[in-house]
Amino acid sequence: MSVPPPGRGIRIGLAALVGAAAPSLASALPFWLKLPENVSTYGGQIDDLFRLILWITGVIFVVVELLLLYFLFRYRHREGRTARYTHGSNRLEVIWTIVPAIICVVLALLSRRSWAEIKQNMPQQAMNVEITAEQFAWNIRYPGPDGKLETPDDIVSLNQLHMPVGRPVIVTLHSKDVIHSFFLPEFRVKQDAVPGMTTRIWFEATRVGNWEIACAELCGLGHYRMKGFVTVETPEEFERWLAETAREAAS
Amino acid sequence: MSSTAVARELPPGVHPEPTSFWRKYIFSLDHKVIGKQYLFYALFMLVIGGLLATLVRWQLAWPGRPIGFMGKLAPEGMPNGVMLPEFYNSMFTMHATIMIFFAIMPILIGAFGNFVVPLQIGARDMAFPTLNMLSFWTAVPGAILIIWSFFVTGGAAQGGWTSYAPLSAVMPKGQTLWLISLLVLGISSLLTAVNFITTVINLRAPGMTFFRLPLTVWALFITAVLLLLALPVLSGAMIMLLFDRVLGTTFFLPKGLIISGQPLTNAGGGQPLLWQHLFWFFGHPEVYIMILPAMGITSEILPVFSRKPIFGYRAMAYSIMGIAGLGWIVWGHHMFQSGMNPILGTTFMISTMVIAVPSAIKTFNWLGTLWGGNIRFTTPMLNALAFVSMFVIGGLSGIFMASTPVDIYIHDTYFIVGHIHYVLFGGSLFGAFAGLYFWYPKMFGRCMSEFWGKVHWAITFVAFNCVFFPMHFLGMRGMQRRIYDYTQYAHLKGLQPMNQFMTISLFVLGLAQIILVLNFFLSMRRGKPAGPNPWRANTLEWQTASPPPHENFHDIPAVYRGPYEYSAPERGADDHWPQNEPPSGRPAAHG
Repeated sequence: MSVPPPGRGIRIGLAALVGAAAPSLASALPFWLKLPENVSTYGGQIDDLFRLILWITGVIFVVVELLLLYFLFRYRHREGRTARYTHGSNRLEVIWTIVPAIICVVLALLSRRSWAEIKQNMPQQAMNVEITAEQFAWNIRYPGPDGKLETPDDIVSLNQLHMPVGRPVIVTLHSKDVIHSFFLPEFRVKQDAVPGMTTRIWFEATRVGNWEIACAELCGLGHYRMKGFVTVETPEEFERWLAETAREAAS
Repeated sequence: MSSTAVARELPPGVHPEPTSFWRKYIFSLDHKVIGKQYLFYALFMLVIGGLLATLVRWQLAWPGRPIGFMGKLAPEGMPNGVMLPEFYNSMFTMHATIMIFFAIMPILIGAFGNFVVPLQIGARDMAFPTLNMLSFWTAVPGAILIIWSFFVTGGAAQGGWTSYAPLSAVMPKGQTLWLISLLVLGISSLLTAVNFITTVINLRAPGMTFFRLPLTVWALFITAVLLLLALPVLSGAMIMLLFDRVLGTTFFLPKGLIISGQPLTNAGGGQPLLWQHLFWFFGHPEVYIMILPAMGITSEILPVFSRKPIFGYRAMAYSIMGIAGLGWIVWGHHMFQSGMNPILGTTFMISTMVIAVPSAIKTFNWLGTLWGGNIRFTTPMLNALAFVSMFVIGGLSGIFMASTPVDIYIHDTYFIVGHIHYVLFGGSLFGAFAGLYFWYPKMFGRCMSEFWGKVHWAITFVAFNCVFFPMHFLGMRGMQRRIYDYTQYAHLKGLQPMNQFMTISLFVLGLAQIILVLNFFLSMRRGKPAGPNPWRANTLEWQTASPPPHENFHDIPAVYRGPYEYSAPERGADDHWPQNEPPSGRPAAHG
């Protein structure tokens, strides 16, 4: 009489476990759902889109899973229950075809605008830099006093990208050997560097600071250490650094 | 095929029952034996693929910490037990390759497809039994080659399962074996695809119209069509890459390549992006090749254990076709950041967003099937429900990378790794588990233990989420995939505790599979005898003995109704209604 069936103990234990785990998981969620700081002009658009999709998919996720759990509980087998004999509903099929289609197309249209701004149009008055990736380093080349790349007065550095704050930079990407991917997490920048191809991307820093360049495309055994550094500084500091680097190279 | 065939004469394609051990168990023509052969093959490779994953995760949790016995087992890749970067690259490459081509595809298509399709359509065997045997015995050398590649100089392939050129063109010898192995395996899959398509079109029992086919058959039929059309593209690309590697062609090698300081003199005229276009033209349909059969299995199991017709049968069949059709025009979403023209990126974004719709339709119809049901929580049902709830996550997370600007940030990060595992483990593998528990009684004549099945399911479900859900968080912090030591980066250092949690969860996940293995083997002898129809299901495979006799059915059944007529009011207390039961209620005299 007082001995519960063995299944009940397990069920109570599981419920206790879920009860303990759920709040701790929920309290950790805000921490983990944060994106790292953004320091580029267009990174905010990407983050906004990310958060918009997170909200939309998050609501759909919660509704679908709750509905699933509710149905499993509500319609679990009980003596004498008969299942509803139905083959579906055309009206529901139409609704759950059209509503997701509208959501998806709207998301696509919203994304299209940012995509065009980020990858299709290059800004005016930008600083030009050429980056050539190789296993496992970033060769960075700035135009010298003549303001042109690919001339003898170019200034080169290895793995050190310096740039002024508040001015767009256009990077022309090349690769010597295999495919690499130029990834600046805090700038929300990623672009593959493909051998035999020239790819141009741009970005603009919103504040000074130091961050890292990562390689995001598997490029061989040293892929994990193909790291560079990006230094964003005031225009004056940048000019000083450029002149110093040029002097060092000359001597 | 004529219904007036003389009773004692074997119809075309049907083979006499073998008597020798070799013809019965090894070089069998019987689709049921071949299905079981594929099952053992796939489960064996699943174990290998899983062990490779634990090595990958070990390195991610404790970068550089030695594993003593591995120093002896793999002295070149792990001297003194410390993993080298090239060995790490090899581990994740081979984990993905083995799981995709040697575990998930064989278990869903080779094992369940072979075993279930002829039974469910009421046929005596596949249309081409000898071809079927050849498919399996072509898949075996494929597996031998891929395992052999671990032991050649330089180790197994290490260019990722996507094998992007030019890296894959200049990697050590293991990559060549990788290519040959997958080419051989590709032939096997093509033979299977031809066989499935022919069988489903031609060998359906009388009355088994296309819209009375069980959804598993629909899914496998469309999967076979995808295989038939997609695989030749991959094979072509792999032959080109093989030529680049061994014959000095330059399909993927542009001019002026300098590899480790040495100019590649023969290079010129090639296009690295060509490989990606060809690979993903195959690779995206491939994702559906791996998920459609699992969707079919889920659609099969939900009605049986809800005792209710599937909600929206035709919508389910059409959405399979919709996925298969749209699957051909979305491959570019893998290449948004590849240097492909960004305008093309917009096009692929729109088609990718649209392909979410048929998946949504399927999910809502599964929910509709549960609504108002009489739900029994058997092991197959629990795994099918896991499929539905986890596939939702995998499907929704796909919308993030479909958006081109968001993809800039999360492309090639762990967010993608999380997404693919929610589709392929949360989806395909839970679908495979569901199918295994569901059809095991039919395959072996005995049931697996329900209790241990539930224990296995519960641990797997929780541990799975602990391993893979945090991957989204790692990706959001910018952790790249395929990275040997993320602690090199200042912004990723703090992710180590989370990685350790995931790895420990993986150990739990792996150990839980021992329960499945034991349950699987012990139940063959000790399991409760199944009887022909332990789940009281309607489809034809349950209307014959377990295991079915050599020719599946005594008489070919005639089919009178759709596959999911559960709880029909005119049946009163009997909540099932076999497809082959004549409307009058009397069993058919003959087919």
